[in-house]
Amino acid sequence: MKIYGVAILAGCFLVGHILGDLLGRLLHMNGNLGGVGFAMLLLILLHDYFDKKNWHQAETENGILFWSTMYIPVVVAMSASQNVKAALSGGWVAMLAGVFATVACFAIIPVIDRMAKKANNK
Amino acid sequence: MKEIISILEKNGFVFALLLVGCIIYVSYFISKKFTNNHIPGAAIAISFGLVLAYFGGEKGFASVPGFSGLAFLGGTMMRDFAIVSTAMGAKLAEIKKTGFIGLLCLLIGTVVAFFVGGSIGYALGYTDAKSFATIGGGACTFIVGPVTGGAVGASSDVIAISIAIGVIKSIVVSISTPFFAKKLGLDNPQTAMIFGGLVGSTSGVSAGLAATDPKLVPYGALTATFHTAMGCLLCPSILYFLVQLFI
Repeated sequence: MKIYGVAILAGCFLVGHILGDLLGRLLHMNGNLGGVGFAMLLLILLHDYFDKKNWHQAETENGILFWSTMYIPVVVAMSASQNVKAALSGGWVAMLAGVFATVACFAIIPVIDRMAKKANNK
Repeated sequence: MKEIISILEKNGFVFALLLVGCIIYVSYFISKKFTNNHIPGAAIAISFGLVLAYFGGEKGFASVPGFSGLAFLGGTMMRDFAIVSTAMGAKLAEIKKTGFIGLLCLLIGTVVAFFVGGSIGYALGYTDAKSFATIGGGACTFIVGPVTGGAVGASSDVIAISIAIGVIKSIVVSISTPFFAKKLGLDNPQTAMIFGGLVGSTSGVSAGLAATDPKLVPYGALTATFHTAMGCLLCPSILYFLVQLFI
C-alpha cells in the first residue's frame, strides 16, 4: 500500500530531524544541523538495504515517488512565498554580496570537478 | 467576493495546489511553445513564483489575502519532506564515490562565501568583526546569517541584511543554474554533489537543479543541506575568530 511508503518517508524525515537536533545540542548551537541530510541518507541506506534483500514493493515505492514528483510544485510555492521585496530592498550590500558569493562558488566548481575526476581515475 | 476569499483562506492548502498546478501548466506551455524547451518549464515556473512574490509582502505572494496556503505548501516542512523523498532516486554508490570530495566542498564553499560576502560588506562600510561575520554568514545561506548574527551579537539591521543576502543568493542560483549548467559540467551526480556542497543554499540548489535536470536533485540537495550545518558551525566560531584577528 502507498501509505507504507509515505510512512517510511515520514519516519526517515523525523529521525533525521531528531539526529540534526541532537547534533545541534551537542555542539551548543541553536537549531537543527543537517537534519534533512541525515533523513536523506537514512532513506538512501534503507532503499539500498531493501534492494539487496530484493524486497520490491512497487506500491510502497510509489508512495515515496509521489512525493518526489511533488517536489517541483513545492519549490514553486516556496519561491512564491519568499520575501523578495525585502531582499531587493536590502540595498547594494545585499545585492553585491549575494551575487558575488554565488559567482565565486560557481567559479570553483569546475576546478574541484576536475580534481575529483582525476582522483577517481587514479 | 469577501465570502470567496474567506473560503480560499480557510482551504488555503487546497487552493495553493490548484494555483501551483496552473502556474506549472502555463510555464510548461510557454517553455514548449515559445522557447522550444530551451528554457525548462520548471525554471519558468520558479521565476514566475519569484515575480509573484515580489508583489506580495513579508511572506511573498502568500501575504496577499486568500493566498496564504502558498506559505504552507512552500514552507519548510513540505519542502524538506519533498526533498527527502527525492533521495529515492539517488544511488548509494554515486554518493560513496564523491563522499570525501563532497565534504571538502562543504568546507571550501563555506569559507569562500564567508570571506567574499564579508569583504563586500567591509568595502561598503560594515567594518566591525561582528558585521563581517554576520554578512559573511548570510553569503552562505539565509539561515547561517541570522544564526551567526545571533551568536556574535550583531545588530538587527545587519542580521536583516544577512538574510537578504542569503535570499538573493538563492534567487540568483535558482535562475542562473540552468543557464550555466553546461559550462559547469553539471550533468552527472558527482558534479551535482560538488555543486550542492559549494553553493549551499538548499532552496537555490534544489530549485536550480530541478530546472536543469530533476535526476540531479537528490545529489545536490544532499550536500547542500549539510552546507547550512557547516556554516552554522564554522561562521560564529573559527571564522569569526579569524576575522577578529585581522579587524
